[in-house]
Amino acid sequence: MSGSFTKSMARNIFYGGAVFFFLLFVALTFDTHGRLPDRDNRQNLTEKVVLGKKVWENNDCIGCHTLLGEGAYFAPELGNVYKRFGSKEAIIGFIKSRPAEGVPGRRSMPQFNLSDEELDAIAEFLKYTSEINSANWPPNIQG
Amino acid sequence: MQYQSQSVAKLYFIAAIGLFVGQILFGTILGLQYVIGDFLFPEIPFNVARMVHTNLLIVWLLFGFMGAAYYLVPEETETELFSPKLAVALFWIFLVAGALTILGYLLVPYAKLAEMTGNDLLPTMGREFLEQPTITKIGIVIVALGFLFNITMTVLKGRKTAIAWVLLLGLWGLAVFFLFAFYVPDNLVLDKYYWWWVVHLWVEGVWELILGAILAFVLIKVTGVDREVIEKWLYVIIALTLITGIIGTGHHYYWIGTPEYWQWLGSIFSALEPIPFFAMVVFAFNMVNRRRREHPNKAATLWAMGTPVMAFLGAGVWGFLHTLAPVNYYTHGTQITAAHGHMAFYGAYVMVVLTIISYAMPLLRGRAAANSPKAQRLEMWSFWLMTISIVFITLFLTGAGILQVWLQRIAENPEPFMVVQDKIALFYWLREITGVIFLIGLVVYIASFFVGGDEEEATA
Repeated sequence: MSGSFTKSMARNIFYGGAVFFFLLFVALTFDTHGRLPDRDNRQNLTEKVVLGKKVWENNDCIGCHTLLGEGAYFAPELGNVYKRFGSKEAIIGFIKSRPAEGVPGRRSMPQFNLSDEELDAIAEFLKYTSEINSANWPPNIQG
Repeated sequence: MQYQSQSVAKLYFIAAIGLFVGQILFGTILGLQYVIGDFLFPEIPFNVARMVHTNLLIVWLLFGFMGAAYYLVPEETETELFSPKLAVALFWIFLVAGALTILGYLLVPYAKLAEMTGNDLLPTMGREFLEQPTITKIGIVIVALGFLFNITMTVLKGRKTAIAWVLLLGLWGLAVFFLFAFYVPDNLVLDKYYWWWVVHLWVEGVWELILGAILAFVLIKVTGVDREVIEKWLYVIIALTLITGIIGTGHHYYWIGTPEYWQWLGSIFSALEPIPFFAMVVFAFNMVNRRRREHPNKAATLWAMGTPVMAFLGAGVWGFLHTLAPVNYYTHGTQITAAHGHMAFYGAYVMVVLTIISYAMPLLRGRAAANSPKAQRLEMWSFWLMTISIVFITLFLTGAGILQVWLQRIAENPEPFMVVQDKIALFYWLREITGVIFLIGLVVYIASFFVGGDEEEATA
């Protein structure tokens, strides 16, 4: 890289390229916003789901699990757990029954001592999540 | 050291190394929890150890970036720092706030921490890497603004070099995109969409500007190659970074509810993301080959050459491995991602911070140019121990990931997550052993700071 290609030309490509592609990214973001209502299951975004998301966040569930593939890889995917377990009751039952002292030698979810309202909300949140159009991901029910 | 005020960098570098040790210790705890599931349970559950591991990483890299800025900006701009006192004050604020946050993670349940810190007033907690209490996040913004004010004022009053500008741009970008950490919409898809504006636009965007600037600075120093040449390369590399990396964000928008055209955009642009890293390898080796002096700090030169190579392998090659949408459909959210994450972070950001520390620390400690050959030999041992360990950690996680993808997602009768985890435990054991070797490498690295001996004559 010598001869006629100068530092100021490189600089101009940098600034021009950065600005152009950032603006393109912003434009695509606008377009994405316009298309999301058909995909993101917002019609089911009830107050209970919102509470469920808060329970999800306040207990750092993402620190072990993935949700739509994002998070930690220590515990199962939960974006489709509603479909895997088949019902809200099964999800609630699982969370409630975790032993406080764990399982000897094995990974075990902590006992979070959630209230009935919180349990119902987190299950509702996971149901809502399972209905987001995720382009057929995950490949199968095991997540 | 040419300017008195550069000395504040020393504090930042020492803190960075200290927190690095904490990060690796918690890494070995996590690795063990993968195979002995109840290790430290319920006192330190996996999610808590993981928060400590990842948050310490981010914080010590930020300390490293700030130290790098305080060291190189006065030298680039040929003027003293605007306010060394502010730099010292912000250091202690950041360190105390960081330590309190880590203690909060370890001492109280996360939900309790959220309650104690008033998360309900402005909920921002419970998202990966951004787990810090809102009050800590506000503290980070205040420290960042103070830091940027200090560095910007220094640049404005001094000589304006491309390296200083690019560094400043990267640091401002870091602060601006962090603001998206405060936006947590109820809609999960939007939440995820903008979460990546912090995470992706940091590590595959503005942080690479910081990386490029630090590397360019050290290469000028150790090779003596003309600044015009090095700065031209710097601009080319960061141009390629942003041209590919911004739309490359799309590789996170395949399966989170976003429109499916992102599968095309994300695949095409992120497939090009290795190019700037490859350019960085060519750049570093070219500059070292064309060197006009034999700098006595061999260790710093080794780090400066290792950084682009490992960044290319970790971010470039291991990123490309699973970035195409049809591949990612099967690998998304598996140990393949973990493999990539470990080598990319080490290769790009850990190594560039260790590069600037390796170059600057001897000077900050009053040496003429470099540590004694004995100390350097030990440091180079630590380079190889840590670097080879991370290569094997990555390979073992990749092995685990391939089996996981096969057994859980491709095989005729896909098996449940936990069943698969048991079957691939051997790879987790191998990873853990390699992690311990990494820790030994880190101990050797720290030991190298305490080795005396005579300095070699500078042959400039």
